[in-house]
Amino acid sequence: MSELFWLIPLLPGLGAGVNGLFGKRLPKALVSAVACGSIFVSFLLALGCFFGVFWSGGSTAVETVRLFTWIPGMGVVLSDGTFGNLNIGWEYRLDSLSMVMTLVVTGVGFLIHVYSIGYMAHDPGYARYFSYLNLFSFFMLNLVLAANFLLMFIGWEGVGLCSYLLIGFWYERKSAADAGKKAFIVNRIGDAGFLLAMMLIFVSFGSLDFYAVMGAIAERFAAPSTGWGLLSAIGVLLFVGAAGKSAQIPLHVWLPDAMEGPTPVSALIHAATMVTAGVYMVARCGVLFEHAPLALTVVAVVGAVTAIFAASIGLVQNDIKRVLAYSTVSQLGYMFLACGVGAFAAGIFHLMTHAFFKACLFLGSGSVIHSMEHAEHASGGHRNYTEMQDMRNMGGLYRHMPKTGLTFMIATAALAGVPLTAGFFSKDEILWKAWSGSHGSGLLWLIGLVAAGMTAFYMGRQVLMTFFGKFRSGAKMESHLHESPAVMTWPLILLAVGSIVAGWVGIPHALGGSNHIEAFLEPAILAGTHVAAEGAAQAADHPEGDTEILFALISIAVAGCGLFLAYHFYVRRPERPKALAAAWPGAHQLLYNKYYVDELYDKTFVRGTLKGSEGMSLFDAKVVDGAVNGTAWGTLSASDVSNFFDMNFVDGAVNLVGSILTGFSGTFRRVQTGLVQNYALMMLVGIFVLVGLFYFLI
Amino acid sequence: MLENNVLEWPILSWVVFLPGVGGLIILFFVRKHQENLIRWLANIFGFLGFLISLPLWFYFRPEGAQFQFPEQYDWIPSIGVQYFLGIDGISLLLVLLTTMLGFISILSSWTAITERVKEYYVMMLFLQTGMLGVFVSLDFFLFYVFWEVMLVPMYFLIGVWGGPRKLYAAIKFFLYTLVGSVLMLLGILALYFYYYEQTGVYTFNVLELMNLGLPYNLQFWVFLAFFVGFAIKVPMFPFHTWLPDAHVEAPTAGSVILAGVLLKMGTYGFVRFSLPLLPEASKGAVWWMVLLAIIGIVYGAMVALVQSDWKRLVAYSSVSHLGFVMLGIFALNEIGLQGGILQMINHGLSTGGLFLTVGLIYERRHTREIADFGGLAKVMPVFAAMFLIIALASLGLPLLNGFIGEFMILQGAFAVNWVWAAFAVSGIVLGAAYLLWLYQRTMFGQLDKPENMKLQDLNWRERWTLIPIIAFCIWIGVYPAPFLKRLEVPVRNIVERIEASPVEAARSPEKPTVGSSTSDR
Repeated sequence: MSELFWLIPLLPGLGAGVNGLFGKRLPKALVSAVACGSIFVSFLLALGCFFGVFWSGGSTAVETVRLFTWIPGMGVVLSDGTFGNLNIGWEYRLDSLSMVMTLVVTGVGFLIHVYSIGYMAHDPGYARYFSYLNLFSFFMLNLVLAANFLLMFIGWEGVGLCSYLLIGFWYERKSAADAGKKAFIVNRIGDAGFLLAMMLIFVSFGSLDFYAVMGAIAERFAAPSTGWGLLSAIGVLLFVGAAGKSAQIPLHVWLPDAMEGPTPVSALIHAATMVTAGVYMVARCGVLFEHAPLALTVVAVVGAVTAIFAASIGLVQNDIKRVLAYSTVSQLGYMFLACGVGAFAAGIFHLMTHAFFKACLFLGSGSVIHSMEHAEHASGGHRNYTEMQDMRNMGGLYRHMPKTGLTFMIATAALAGVPLTAGFFSKDEILWKAWSGSHGSGLLWLIGLVAAGMTAFYMGRQVLMTFFGKFRSGAKMESHLHESPAVMTWPLILLAVGSIVAGWVGIPHALGGSNHIEAFLEPAILAGTHVAAEGAAQAADHPEGDTEILFALISIAVAGCGLFLAYHFYVRRPERPKALAAAWPGAHQLLYNKYYVDELYDKTFVRGTLKGSEGMSLFDAKVVDGAVNGTAWGTLSASDVSNFFDMNFVDGAVNLVGSILTGFSGTFRRVQTGLVQNYALMMLVGIFVLVGLFYFLI
Repeated sequence: MLENNVLEWPILSWVVFLPGVGGLIILFFVRKHQENLIRWLANIFGFLGFLISLPLWFYFRPEGAQFQFPEQYDWIPSIGVQYFLGIDGISLLLVLLTTMLGFISILSSWTAITERVKEYYVMMLFLQTGMLGVFVSLDFFLFYVFWEVMLVPMYFLIGVWGGPRKLYAAIKFFLYTLVGSVLMLLGILALYFYYYEQTGVYTFNVLELMNLGLPYNLQFWVFLAFFVGFAIKVPMFPFHTWLPDAHVEAPTAGSVILAGVLLKMGTYGFVRFSLPLLPEASKGAVWWMVLLAIIGIVYGAMVALVQSDWKRLVAYSSVSHLGFVMLGIFALNEIGLQGGILQMINHGLSTGGLFLTVGLIYERRHTREIADFGGLAKVMPVFAAMFLIIALASLGLPLLNGFIGEFMILQGAFAVNWVWAAFAVSGIVLGAAYLLWLYQRTMFGQLDKPENMKLQDLNWRERWTLIPIIAFCIWIGVYPAPFLKRLEVPVRNIVERIEASPVEAARSPEKPTVGSSTSDR
């Protein structure tokens, strides 16, 4: 069965084709069956591979299949003087790292597909929606299973395209179309970095295959101090790409705007899968980053700063989805922080648990919005969709939608890091590694800790504002609120279960677990290098068990403080938040307006590019084309002058000669007497003159 | 270098002259008012022209000699002119592109052209013959004849069936190109006389001329002469300003042919003549060429960004894309050159497609101002989907054709100098910006203009003008191997010629080159 794993990405691709071409003419039930069925079969295949290959064969198992040669390009002279051919295969590889990712993408993806049946039930673009969703799954699985950089890049840009299409799904809204375009262009800036990194890799190592490149790095740069310049350059360029896709500073601006898309899309693409591609890519290149300390530092610092930066914005947002969006940016920062301190497995672990609880939160918020919009409709209101997502208009929803409320709270607990939930183990692992990891430091740990406190606060705030207290949009509307249908709540329940149990695969040794996930991932991250053996050895001994427990207690305490503060501010003393905002209006405005980064970019890069382009356009019309037209004009003028000259001088000269001749001829007429003697006389004179001249001149 | 024609019949002559014969038949045997008969005949001949070129694809042997299907006869023996045709992988792809785009553009004109129908189709078919001749000629004189012949129908297409400033645009196009070709002719004649001086034989045979080791000085001047001719045609910055005018004023089919095929003649000229005939001069010119190419990439893209006219935007995007092609060619390594040539085909498909989409809209609304549109995806969903795929192909999305070419070009350039690639990559970002912004402003948003509310979606004839293009975009993007394979032999030959030439011939004239025994003059 495992040799058929290449079908995993292709099945959703097929589904996308069917729904894209014929979906409009198919009944809705069939459209959903094709879409959900194709990804469900992929999920089953992935499970089969997991049990068939890894359960029995151990975490070092690798399956590779080359479907065909994609780009049999010719070659170039590489940097070491040898000749390298660009021979890119359409090649999938299943190792422990891609296995985890595949399970997440197909599993969580399937649940979100099912949820969408309910959420999009009345949308006229039903088939189009599911065809995009399947197409996304195809590209995402392609990204995950690719055996080389270029094939990964197909998925990389492909998910960007689907993100563009789905953010702008309701394209009649200008804000949605704008957001889609912004996402694509910002991602393209990141992709430019990825592209340059790939070229540098190819020129340096003559291959784009992950294992080949990592093996070559480990072999060639065995001594830690060698090659750091080259590897740092590659690492930083790759990270530019990762920052674009995973919304890290300074390329984070597109993700919050991406919330314009349908909410299941936010769950699938902008929380669980696509935005984590950058983390996956960095982990995939773990060996490279291990050899490039400078690049690692960049990753860690950007990750940490993004984590706290985004969390601080999340503190004051009122849109239910925007809070979650900033939370996602912040959590992605955590994952990069983990990678940056060398704990790639911890980053992937958090990626996995985050996929469950953040998908659950987004789908839960979707359920809330869905209910709000129905109630608004039913009660005859006409407020627009932004009002329906504003938490200030909600409150007390738990009574009306208990399933949504309960699952939302479980996921919140996981995100906040309440003990025994999935998020607790994964986040704690990151904080611990930020302190103790080979590249960790106290400062990074502290930033992470503060951000964790903020996370607990804004999530507590969100739950309290949404599900508790009094409903703030009137009793008439409240009477129409109801729980979402089973097709939407079942995915929520399953994801909530995942938000708890998914973390149990990574219980650290210090807490009596055995951190399966780390041992499982390590061989793939450090594939084929000497570091693999070391890494395994490192994972085996745990001298600092007590310290680790202490750190876990500290982060529990901080999370508790965050939750308590939220409770204090939004239940016990509801007047406090407003008072605080009034006391520090500057700080509040700064956070509320997202540090004005969008405005800054708009004023500088966007305006700059447009102004520059306009300048160039003018230059083109006036100077470049002006020169052409000038030449034409010059030629014409010269022709006019020539014409004038021709008429008056050249032709004039001819005429002059004519008139002179006429004048002379009058004189000479007299010579022509018709008498032969005269002629003979003149001939004689002429001869004498000529001979005379001849004589004197010689 | 030459391989016997595997087919029993002179296929290249058929391919070249069939459209022209069709034009003559319409010209002499059909009356002016039988417009539908003319349309049918022209479409049939366009389609036959495409069909008859297909055996080239199937019988061409990628691993065989460089030039295949040759036809060689004396034409004007007294001055050594031959009727000499033959194609290699480069010409093969361009010929097929031409026959396909030719048919598509004829098909797209069915309702767009209502005046002087007969003359229009005659011109289109003549144009087809002229262009195909350029790509298959292996005799310089013959090449030049086709090169000039092709200008005339294009001039009339713009000047007669064009927009409001058609005369200005047509004359600009004609004169600009003519200036270039006259200089090119001087270059050809220089080679011709030099060959005579060396061997005592008059010939325009390109393969013979390649055996001549030219002194650097002569190479330099000939390169310069060729450069002017080809760079105008490409067009390279700063010789590009005829292009937006010609495109905007030309009828849709004219724009498609202009972008899809005519622009390729410049780049084709560089690849076919400048590089192999003048390897040292080409090497010496690399920095200048790359500089102009990169300026073209960034400048074209930025100017495209702020155009308010849909068609003008696409025209400037061509400047940017052709910059990529030139960058790949003058990376002077295998992968860059291969990518550059593939990108010529890609640009023909995607930009040809973009011009078709503009034409479809213009035919309905008679305006090209981007501001006049918005929300069209609502009323024209099929059009919106097709336009999106073509736009994505143009901006180089993986799995569509543009990406393969761009990546190979960039990789080739990067291997020579990473700075080139770094600058060129910005063109990719800008490409996404101008195309997606265009797409957003036309297709997305509210459908708020009353004129746009009743627009008809594409009918089947119109769909079939775009479907082949989309199919090829996907094919080349997913499985480019058959195309790349056919380019290997010619690309390797060119790169070998360049690498075999002395590095700095200018400073070491005494260093002997192959086949050259004379000193500089």
